[in-house]
Amino acid sequence: MAETVGFTPTEEMTLIRSTARQFLGDRLSIGVVREQMMSGEGFDRSLWKEMAELGWTGLMIPEEHGGAGYGLAELSVILDEMGRNLTPGPFLASAVLATMAVMEIGSDEQRAELLPALASGDRLASLALYEGPRDWGLDGIATTARPSGGGWVIEGVKRHVLDGHMADTLLVLARVGDDLGLFAVDSDAVEVEQVPVLDLTRRQATVRLNGVHVPAERALGERPVGQGLRRVLAMGSAALAVEQVGGAQRCLELSIEYAKTRYQFGRPIGSFQAVKHRCAEMLVRVEQARSTTQHAVRVTDDPEELAIASPLAASVASEAYVWVAGETIQVHGGIGFTWEHDAHLYLKRAKTSSLLLGDPRFQRDLLGRALGL
Amino acid sequence: MSDHVEQLLDRLLEEHPPATTPHEVFWGAQYDLGLAWVWHPDGFGGLGLPRRVQGLIDRRLLDGGASVENRHINLLGIGMGAGVLAAHGSDAQRRRWLRPMFTTEEMWCQMFSEPGAGSDLAGLATQAVRDGDEWVVNGQKVWTTLAHVAKWGMLVARTDPDAVKHEGLTYFIVDMESPGVDVRPLYQITGEAEFNEVFFTDVRLPDSNRIDAVGAGWRVSLTTLMNERVAIGGNAVPRGSGRIAQAIEVWGRSGLEDPVLRDELLRLWADVEAFRLTSIRANEMTAAGTPGPEGSTGKWAWATHNKAIASFILDVMGLEGTLYPDGYSMSRPPAFEGRSPQHGFLRTRANSIEGGTSEIMLNILGERVLGLPGEPRVDKDLPWKEVPRG
Repeated sequence: MAETVGFTPTEEMTLIRSTARQFLGDRLSIGVVREQMMSGEGFDRSLWKEMAELGWTGLMIPEEHGGAGYGLAELSVILDEMGRNLTPGPFLASAVLATMAVMEIGSDEQRAELLPALASGDRLASLALYEGPRDWGLDGIATTARPSGGGWVIEGVKRHVLDGHMADTLLVLARVGDDLGLFAVDSDAVEVEQVPVLDLTRRQATVRLNGVHVPAERALGERPVGQGLRRVLAMGSAALAVEQVGGAQRCLELSIEYAKTRYQFGRPIGSFQAVKHRCAEMLVRVEQARSTTQHAVRVTDDPEELAIASPLAASVASEAYVWVAGETIQVHGGIGFTWEHDAHLYLKRAKTSSLLLGDPRFQRDLLGRALGL
Repeated sequence: MSDHVEQLLDRLLEEHPPATTPHEVFWGAQYDLGLAWVWHPDGFGGLGLPRRVQGLIDRRLLDGGASVENRHINLLGIGMGAGVLAAHGSDAQRRRWLRPMFTTEEMWCQMFSEPGAGSDLAGLATQAVRDGDEWVVNGQKVWTTLAHVAKWGMLVARTDPDAVKHEGLTYFIVDMESPGVDVRPLYQITGEAEFNEVFFTDVRLPDSNRIDAVGAGWRVSLTTLMNERVAIGGNAVPRGSGRIAQAIEVWGRSGLEDPVLRDELLRLWADVEAFRLTSIRANEMTAAGTPGPEGSTGKWAWATHNKAIASFILDVMGLEGTLYPDGYSMSRPPAFEGRSPQHGFLRTRANSIEGGTSEIMLNILGERVLGLPGEPRVDKDLPWKEVPRG
């Protein structure tokens, strides 16, 4: 089994972090996040162009396809800052998950066709995988693709498609006989309906494919795609875990700030051990989660190690964030339960994030399989 | 590692082939060459080099077939006492104590805790009263590891009951063979006596055994305790080793497929792996000169996980977990290897008490790392003798 490779941030990572913190602070302060989360689309698409100009949408895309050619370790710095900031929008859906799927599964021609527009920010994409509420293992996919006139006809309903209402291209998982295939489908050809979500900063859509015709060259890579897709989801889970740690860190900071300045019984509530120990335990859980995520994003070139490191990070970070966000409301007392305070935004992001790509039990099952337990 | 150190290592291994040299002789030669505590000055077991070089030296010695077991055998001396002597001792004291400590010819113990002073160590009551060039000690210490084999004991005693508690303490080195020192085994919940109680009745010790100034005892103790927490919480071990390995082994042998127990096992595995990665990250950040809060979280996390795993193993064992295969021996414990899971369940209860309770560790994290305010202290400005006790 591989050992950890370096936790110290590289110069590039430090640079990316400072750009991200500045941009998100200037253009997506919490006030702006709140405006956007109450809007119909949930995200102002003009900001996507700005992110693309910063090179964020193409960070992982190879240079020959218009990207910067970095890895997940560099990308994760942006996700960390976005998690802190509760940044809304399709970054996870498009720039992370869908982009990685094209990179991992697509043929050379398909990569050359799809990646430049993703890198430039001209095209948004999203994975349309799940149908039922616990489809994380990709075992119960009912959507079908059948050959027709040199192309494919796809029939089925996809749910929980992240930011599907903004996507130009949907990467639809469908059954082809006993195999699984992934199809790049134009959103014009399908019925997309935004659904009401718990976390208003990350939207979902239901996608209905009623006998949609897809040309042959839009079937990504070679079937079956299950293995490649699981690898994408492992990297995606590691990426999401980084975002979760960013959010948990911000919750910890909010709690400490409040515990130092809120007085009851004539002293700051942080001087009471009941509160102090809660905060100290938050610190421990955030730091432990951070170690697992930083490890996971650095081992993506080692499939065997990633199979352990990704579910480790996903389960630890998910549980840490949900707990820390919950305790943040508790430390704040009544004010923490108001709409006005930001604590609920973090709780909603925390709980939903822990369910997006596999709940902690599912992730631990993956971990157990990787460990032979 | 510099050429000079390489040459010294070659010389040590050549002149004292580990296979045929008695350990004490080898360790003595290692000390004389300055390869014992490499960061100490010349003549005191060191070469004045950075502390991290020691790790490289020890690895080379291990590879060369030498033993570094002395660091375990005389843990309280080499791990803590040496640090105190280095930071606060006189040259004469260093010369007298460091070498035989390193060779394990003279074992060391640490006498801080008392029945009335656990977490509030600075409240301790064992008294030392000056009598000419000597001090006379009366009182009782507890949880004293290795006191029954130690030649020297690090003692913190109250020398000024009229001062506030932190200021009336002085640090001494006691000859454990002195008249009036009575060491008794302290039986713990495992039925063994790993630790001792030490009673002092009119024990006389020379003023030359005092470390640092009269009244400086608290400051000196802090040096010792810092080294202790590093020793307990700071090691990076291989993945899946230690108590979680025992859990996996017991799980495998049980043939169980219970999904609830399996999930719990994996959660515990994830917890210790997260802790392990955090230790590695902390070491790396410290080495890079940018230590963060991650380094302080180890002791609490380790204690919490260790207890949980030990308890889980008995759950997997079912009714077998109700047995105690080796019986309650009511004796000194045997060597550490191969203890039963049931023994582990009992022994780990101490993990969140020894070396700083989990509550104290969380206070430290809350106050020193997060900057949260302390509790109001009722004993802060009182002379020690007026502080309520019970």
